[in-house]
Amino acid sequence: MEEHIVIIGNGISGVTAARHIRKLSDKKITIISAETDYFFSRTALMYVYMGHMTFEHTQPYENWFWKKNKINLKKGYVKHVETNKKTLVFENGETLVYDKLIIATGSKPNKFGWPGQDLEGVMGLYSKQDLESLEQHAPNHEVCKRAVIVGGGLIGIELAEMLNSRNIPVTFLVRETSFWNGILPEGESEMINSHIKNHHIDLRLNTNLKEIISDENGKVKSVIIEETGEEIPCQVVGLTAGVSPNIDFIKNSNIETNKGIKVNRFLETNIPDIFAIGDCAEQHEAIDQRPPIEAVWYTGRMMGETLAQTICGNKTAYKPGHWFNSAKFLDIEYQTYGWVHGLKGKPDYEKHFHWKHEDDTKCITIAFNKNTNVFLGINTFGIRMRHDTFDKWLTEKRDVDYVINHLTEANFDPEFYRHYETEILAAYKNQFQTV
Amino acid sequence: MNDKQNYSMSLAKPEANQLSAKQKAAVFIGVLGLFIFALAIFNVDFPNKTMFLTLSVALISAGVILFANSLYLSKLEGIKNDGVWFKSIASRGVLAWTIGLFLTGFYIVLYFFPRYLGLGSKGAENNGLIALFDPLSFLLSGRPASQWFVYGTLYTLAILIFGYKFILKYRHNRYQQLRTFSVMFFQLGFAFLIPEFMARLNESPDYNLPYYDIKSMWPLNYYLFDGWSINGFLSSGTLGFTLLIFGILSIFVISPFLTYKYGKRWYCSWVCGCGALAETAGDSFRQLSSKKLSAWKLERWLVHTVLVFSVIMTAAVVYTYLGSDPNKFWLTRNSFLLGVGVFLTLIFTLVFVFKRQELGKDAKYGAIGFFVIIAALFAMHYTGTSDKLFLVKSSSLRSAYGLYIGSIFSGVVGTGFYPILGNRVWCRFGCPMAAVLGFQQRLFSKFRITTNGGQCISCGNCSTYCEMGIDVRAYAQKGENIVRSSCVGCGICAAVCPRGVLKLENDSMEGRINPNEILLGNDVDLMDLVNKK
Repeated sequence: MEEHIVIIGNGISGVTAARHIRKLSDKKITIISAETDYFFSRTALMYVYMGHMTFEHTQPYENWFWKKNKINLKKGYVKHVETNKKTLVFENGETLVYDKLIIATGSKPNKFGWPGQDLEGVMGLYSKQDLESLEQHAPNHEVCKRAVIVGGGLIGIELAEMLNSRNIPVTFLVRETSFWNGILPEGESEMINSHIKNHHIDLRLNTNLKEIISDENGKVKSVIIEETGEEIPCQVVGLTAGVSPNIDFIKNSNIETNKGIKVNRFLETNIPDIFAIGDCAEQHEAIDQRPPIEAVWYTGRMMGETLAQTICGNKTAYKPGHWFNSAKFLDIEYQTYGWVHGLKGKPDYEKHFHWKHEDDTKCITIAFNKNTNVFLGINTFGIRMRHDTFDKWLTEKRDVDYVINHLTEANFDPEFYRHYETEILAAYKNQFQTV
Repeated sequence: MNDKQNYSMSLAKPEANQLSAKQKAAVFIGVLGLFIFALAIFNVDFPNKTMFLTLSVALISAGVILFANSLYLSKLEGIKNDGVWFKSIASRGVLAWTIGLFLTGFYIVLYFFPRYLGLGSKGAENNGLIALFDPLSFLLSGRPASQWFVYGTLYTLAILIFGYKFILKYRHNRYQQLRTFSVMFFQLGFAFLIPEFMARLNESPDYNLPYYDIKSMWPLNYYLFDGWSINGFLSSGTLGFTLLIFGILSIFVISPFLTYKYGKRWYCSWVCGCGALAETAGDSFRQLSSKKLSAWKLERWLVHTVLVFSVIMTAAVVYTYLGSDPNKFWLTRNSFLLGVGVFLTLIFTLVFVFKRQELGKDAKYGAIGFFVIIAALFAMHYTGTSDKLFLVKSSSLRSAYGLYIGSIFSGVVGTGFYPILGNRVWCRFGCPMAAVLGFQQRLFSKFRITTNGGQCISCGNCSTYCEMGIDVRAYAQKGENIVRSSCVGCGICAAVCPRGVLKLENDSMEGRINPNEILLGNDVDLMDLVNKK
């Protein structure tokens, strides 16, 4: 009998692991999910609400794919893991025996103990169930006359865009002095502030939530602002103040956890034959400048690719290459390669070159080491860049002059788009005349 | 909204999709223009046809322009797909079916019952809708209008006004704007005006030019080598001869060269009239194309069958034509058949020697297609008499092709079903030209859609909005470039991608097709180990 690999969670991490294990072996594979029957792209949920796609479009594989590749799908909620018996216990009492277990249960939205945070109409935006709840509470601007979003990160701005697409007025409460400025350098963050406002979203910086007020039926009626005491009537409150590992179901097992499930570089937990990947895994020690918990699509996928090797006999450490990420802030695309720091954790040696286009929708920030001039990373807004090229330059440890002078090679904008390299180069020479 | 297709998963209707007052007014103005056509169809005799034709065209244009302005100009530049799947017209709702039925009906009348549009039979004067277009036709070509003139005018009008709408929709994207401008130009100039002016030339006894849209190549222009067409060219002096040579060069020299350099997009989404309508008036339906693997299989069978059919039909037509007067041409029937056979065998051999790997499993089907054609050529040789081939008249083969492929497939189904099957049904499943160009694109072209390393998040916008039904995401999420014969290079996948993952470009053939197991961004040693295996 082939070894039975059981994966809890059918997100990008678990599914990538399953696909790669299947490519490498004939092992029996079972994927468990309580959320949906089939894998879907979580990052695309917003487009279903916005009417760009149907839910079926978010599923990267046709339904026959799983049977054809002999990947068993099981719908159910795992309540408990009996590690000594290698058995999963489901909420409905069913059990399932595994030889190797991969935990890939992802995240859940953070709640910080705000009064009223469990009222009807309060939701995060993470799961398909969250989306259904949003449809129920905010189908249009007559049912939902205003929504308040708490937390200025990537999910917050996506939720704002979603509600905006249905003409639902949005008040966006952001704790920081400027949008996402823990991560983004000042100039970029300010540009996004004004872009948000241009979309008629009521952006409130330096603003915290005090409490959520209920109506007589246990539904959201309004929120109170901490700083001013202002009451904002609303029907929906979106809590988007980050996510944390979704691991409550193993808290009573002997699998070691902190915020997430503790894993070593091989993505192994403290219990033999149990692994954790994706958002729910927490590295014992952070890998270079990465946080110990990486709740990012790409890293989840890479952990899945890596772990499949280990499971199939080629023990491989999780050793990701150069950092990269991307997002879209309403109409402005964002890509990053290497490290460019905002307010949070910017090392002393990191210096920035910043260029912004006069139309206030395009800018780049290039980080370099002020002592050695080595290129550290780039953030680009409204200009697409080639992953390949920056990955190569980071590996080659190119200096900042080289990167600025060769930006054209890295451009990935569609054909016939206007190029800005000349302007960027001029601005660079202007700012750093000594270089 | 159609309740059965409540894509929003919502009980209440998403409000964002209701028309504003301005948009309602625009719809009213446009419908008013169409109403004049309706009156004409029911034989209301307008006193001043020029004025009423101008009025209706102006009203229709104004309606679409005002609607587009109100839809896009009030918003910031960016992707404008909000609520697409909540709109009845764009998600196979009641409105979509109504329009689909109306268009289908229109095509059936146009192709088979033009008298209901008012075509005067046997030299009688036109009446009804066609008569309404007489003044414009006289102005351009000096002849009364025909159903084809009415159709051509409406077709061109649709491309121009919906092209305007498309340009506004993508006003942040110069690739989209330029190629839309290009199809508008080619439609107005090459497909509409030039053939009318050529008809002017025919007033002189020196010219007898057939209707000819220079940019429309064989085999899309399947009547190019019909007897009447060749006779027309050959009896029109140097100009006629030049046009015929140009027609032959376009398919055998110009198009392979441009497709090598830029992919088939240079034709399908920059020049072609079918593509022009699909990209402009059909843009609201691009998301309806099926992305299923089964649809892809059907597509490959169907489009190549049509190509084989069109090659055999054309060979038969030319064969018969050459036989009509054996002493008239230097080319004899048998040397023609031999020439076709040698040419195809040469291509077939070269492909099999140099591109076998890339063809993979499709090589078998290619071989079947090739041998069917060769067998047909032999059959022509042995069964051909002065007017019969395979014991049927070649003219029947030609009319069968014209009826089933030229009229029913490309018109009635291809355009009539826009709101149900998507805007490129013909281009994808039926167009023999697309099959030829696609073959070149897959094997001998610098064009590809480059996938940007590991940046794909599998969201599926690219696949959803691919009018050709290519599952773009399936490639992008593997970090693999998209090199597909059906890709018309419209560039919408790259436009709607929220992460900047896709770029249409022409680069070297080397490494164009690059399937990856592990994507960029992961451990370099692991990538080396797995990808170079």
